[in-house]
Amino acid sequence: MPKSQISLTVNGKTVEALVEPRTLLIHFLREQLMLTGPHIGCETSHCGACTVDLDGKSVKSCTVFAVQASGADIRTIEGMAAADGSLHVLQEAFREMHGLQCGFCTPGMITRAYRLLQENPNPTEDDIRTGISGNLCRCTGYQNIVKAIQYAAAKMSGVPLQEAAE
Amino acid sequence: MIPGSFDYHRPKSVQEAVGLLTQYGDNGRALAGGHSLIPMMKLRLATPAHLVDLAGIADLKGIRADGGDIVIGAMTTQHELIGSDLLAGKVPLLRETSRLIADPQVRYVGTLGGNVANGDPGNDMPALMMCLGATYQVAGKGGERRIPARQFYHGAYFTALEPGDLLTAVRIPVPPAGHGFAYEKLKRKVGDYATAAAAVVLTMSGGRVATCSIGLTNVAETPLWAEDAARILAGSALDAATVKKAVAAAEAICSPASDRRGTPDYRTKMAGVMLTRALARAKSRAAS
Repeated sequence: MPKSQISLTVNGKTVEALVEPRTLLIHFLREQLMLTGPHIGCETSHCGACTVDLDGKSVKSCTVFAVQASGADIRTIEGMAAADGSLHVLQEAFREMHGLQCGFCTPGMITRAYRLLQENPNPTEDDIRTGISGNLCRCTGYQNIVKAIQYAAAKMSGVPLQEAAE
Repeated sequence: MIPGSFDYHRPKSVQEAVGLLTQYGDNGRALAGGHSLIPMMKLRLATPAHLVDLAGIADLKGIRADGGDIVIGAMTTQHELIGSDLLAGKVPLLRETSRLIADPQVRYVGTLGGNVANGDPGNDMPALMMCLGATYQVAGKGGERRIPARQFYHGAYFTALEPGDLLTAVRIPVPPAGHGFAYEKLKRKVGDYATAAAAVVLTMSGGRVATCSIGLTNVAETPLWAEDAARILAGSALDAATVKKAVAAAEAICSPASDRRGTPDYRTKMAGVMLTRALARAKSRAAS
């Protein structure tokens, strides 16, 4: 099968590549671009560990072909921190509120939470739980993930959260 | 899990897409959101030699009013259905149902056209479309035609579509102002298909049911339009005895598979429970 030429933006950089049409976006990101932040968990679009931001949508990159993403603007967990290495407020929030234990789900959780807060800067707890319902965590019981997202939302709106992690 | 090899096509128009699908016949598949097809390709349950990606066809997008109908392009995503003010005002049942499909990531990508055209009895929109009396607009080598949703589903993954056909839009007659509606879906977890689900649209007049339509999801090889059950309810005040009779009529047409969601008996009973709840909620929302 002939390879396809694709051109896209990943974490602000233009990328040109040749891919087999059957190459999934998650494999392209991890194996061709060496962006190993997005994880391969279930490979069946359930767990959300492979979530990336694609043209303003949270998508599970295990269920998108790289060739479909030609022309797209993609952001992975590697694109969250500033160029000087200072953490994105969501990364800081997950650290401060103990929003992770093993860390496997974290890249997907943070990229998903990023889009959620872009669309809804003042989410209720229910909005957050619904908003991350496509991301599975097997360690935390979600409590501190929700707190972390609340922390980030509060900090982004200029009124820091008073609650502590559990 | 890596899908088999295929050639990728990205047509710019419906005509071009139909040409490709006609040319490749059984070796070609249309790719909409891909969240049913790509998992099947990973499992090699689907091995198309040619994928025709519909993402580049602008005509397949959008939600618009057309006379007394709402017309929704096949590539409109569930996320877009949820966000549509037009739909929220005219057919709020669509938003309610869309929110129960899969999870946020899947809803950003999953399309209405893919959901109704795939013929998966687990999909939620087909029963809704039967309930609403929707019509599917289909482009094929012989031109464009319209197929009522109630005549579209012939078996699991077996529909009225012929090789080369492309479902381009869904046309929904707007239910009367003041109609009551509900979609009740029993599922084990977020993202699951229904153990059983029921869609209801009804109108009330003087405390009695003027019109009623019922669709059932995932309790047979196809979505079901529960015509007899709706007929029993017409003219009633939705009193307990009449609802019980209607539920029995709905259960009588169920023949669900046995799977990890439950036995056929259990899933049939759950269809009845979902219908009972949907009727009560639809009534509470209807203008009397």
